[in-house]
Amino acid sequence: MSVDSVFVHKMWNDHEISKMVKGGVPFPMLSDGGGKVGSIFGIYLEDAGVEARGRFIIDPDGVIQGFEVLTPPVGRNVMESIRQIQAFQHVRKTKGAEATPSGWKPGKPTLKPGPDLVGKVWEVWKTSMAFDD
Amino acid sequence: MAEEIKAGCARPTGGPVGEKPEAKKETAQQQIIKEVKNMVTVGKKAPDFTAPAYSKGKFINVQLSEYLGKWVVLCFYPGDFTFV
Repeated sequence: MSVDSVFVHKMWNDHEISKMVKGGVPFPMLSDGGGKVGSIFGIYLEDAGVEARGRFIIDPDGVIQGFEVLTPPVGRNVMESIRQIQAFQHVRKTKGAEATPSGWKPGKPTLKPGPDLVGKVWEVWKTSMAFDD
Repeated sequence: MAEEIKAGCARPTGGPVGEKPEAKKETAQQQIIKEVKNMVTVGKKAPDFTAPAYSKGKFINVQLSEYLGKWVVLCFYPGDFTFV
């Protein structure tokens, strides 16, 4: 979503993005003239008249589980967004019984918060597990 | 003379030139409304909205609540053709 019109979205898709991504953009490119939607999400930059690079993860109940906002010159990390969605999906599947520690990705151990784990995280989780091998 | 603009990721914008118009005095109520305007909160419902969109060769209307039951990634960016 950006403040551009749907006509400009079409031109950008047809003349540039479709040359990078086979078949073009696979999801709807939303238009937010005047930044009305961006304003309610808190990422519309009034002085510049554009939207910041805001990314919101919204769960199946319509609840915002996470967001990240960057100023225009720095791009996002798609893999990190996917990792976060996988983590939120895992937590949801376990109905909150499991939590995903720092650096978690599918296959890595989760934590089961409860009275027995208080002060014992150091026994089951090492800081090296926060990083990729 | 027209000055050349350096291309960057934020769209160049203009504005009025010359003397600044006298700032209107805001009522206390307007100030309160301004302060209330802020970021959404994690763990809270995303505000619903509709927006026109371009999708696979068609112009469509999208409403966020139509996606209930699915995971949604909503991405904002400064503008088409802004490099990053």
